[in-house]
Amino acid sequence: MSFFSFGQSAEIDVVLNDAETRKKVEHKSEDGKKDKYFLFYDGETVSGKVNVTLKSPGKRLEHQGIKIEFIGQIELYYDRGNHHEFVSLVKDLARPGELTQSQTFDFEFTHVEKPYESYTGQNVKLRYFLRATVSRRLNDISKEMDIVVHTLSTYPEMNSSIKMEVGIEDCLHIEFEYNKSKYHLKDVIVGKIYFLLVRIKIKHMEIDIIKRETTGTGPNVYHENDTIAKYEIMDGAPVRGESIPIRLFLAGYEMTPTMRDINKKFSVRYYLNLVLIDEEERRYFKQQEITLWRKGDIVRKSMSHQASIAAQRFEGSASAEKALAQAKEENS
Amino acid sequence: MSDAAVADTRRLNSKPQDLSDAYGPPSNFLEIDVYDPQTVGVGRNRYTTYEVRMRTNLPIFKLKESCVRRRYSDFEWLKNELERDSKIVVPPLPGKALKRQLPFRGDEGIFEESFIEERRVGLEQFINRIAGHPLAQNERCLHMFLQEESIDRNYIPGKV
Repeated sequence: MSFFSFGQSAEIDVVLNDAETRKKVEHKSEDGKKDKYFLFYDGETVSGKVNVTLKSPGKRLEHQGIKIEFIGQIELYYDRGNHHEFVSLVKDLARPGELTQSQTFDFEFTHVEKPYESYTGQNVKLRYFLRATVSRRLNDISKEMDIVVHTLSTYPEMNSSIKMEVGIEDCLHIEFEYNKSKYHLKDVIVGKIYFLLVRIKIKHMEIDIIKRETTGTGPNVYHENDTIAKYEIMDGAPVRGESIPIRLFLAGYEMTPTMRDINKKFSVRYYLNLVLIDEEERRYFKQQEITLWRKGDIVRKSMSHQASIAAQRFEGSASAEKALAQAKEENS
Repeated sequence: MSDAAVADTRRLNSKPQDLSDAYGPPSNFLEIDVYDPQTVGVGRNRYTTYEVRMRTNLPIFKLKESCVRRRYSDFEWLKNELERDSKIVVPPLPGKALKRQLPFRGDEGIFEESFIEERRVGLEQFINRIAGHPLAQNERCLHMFLQEESIDRNYIPGKV
């Protein structure tokens, strides 16, 4: 018997209608590999075509129905069997019957709710995908297509600075300040550390960004801490009255927005950890939570328009025309 | 509108530093020297003492300058007291060198010059590390070790 008779008698693939124009983003998979996926936002329609291609044309394909599903699910790594689906939509494409030739089916999931951002973490994964299935008696033929969802926010109305005095009695008193409590992913943390009392021999000071992924509930809560960034802000021994500035650009680090109690299954939170190290390698630290949010790309479009105006002033008109045309295209 | 294309990264305002703070002596001055090893006693009852001199401006220490003589077992006593009473991970002492105390050695054993020097360096590192620890500075045993003429092993342990 040839091996081919053990394989699938048909192939399915899913193609989106806006595959040419829709933006793709990189997303890390569980094994750390990075791949590109189509980017969707909450409320957007997901539409396309399912192509069922018969491997041996002429041979009929009997089936128990053809359908396509749009699924959003949370998978906890320690509980792989149970997928928690928070979005589950299905469209039937064909009633049970048989296909005599390859066929294409249109589908549309209109204004789909996508309440959470796609996330692949240390102990949990939240993903959205389309799954097209040709049901059969013995084994189904199916194909999954992952998409990535980003959740956007706008500048928060209230964004107070964080300012606090901390220390060890009679040994070390500092006042730290960060300009905001909520930062977007391409923001800059501007702050300062003011020394009120220094009776220890400090060698250097750094600021770390810690990501804490929390999974599980009740007595089975598990925290996974990951230091995303370590940034030295001072080298040497400060004295009373010195003010050390902080300027930390977030765009260089791989971070997600803060996720709080997603579907009651997991959280991803970020903390700034201020660490002072003395001459004997003793560490003194203060952790402070910050909220991260994702800003939409609308600003970038207006910037390219600004760039085209700038080009008009400094370059020849030919390149300016090209820049303007490009800006118009992006804006439309 | 608050939607700035480029973030404002200007430094936050801060109070100008007082010049006497900037150029004056730092408030964290603490130096301890362990030096001048002397062998005392005769015969089998000999032992080595070291001078432990401390200079500091930390207000927690009663004396800003002190000078005492201590032997290796005094350092051991301090280490044990701190390990028992405080939550500090106490740094290690230089070795006990029991082998050097056995008879029929080719050299001077524990009175060998190079060994005494090695031990002196280790004791100096030990005492500087522990005296700078904010939690150790609260313990009476540390103050007694550094600033009192002799160690009263029947003292009442506690915080300063």
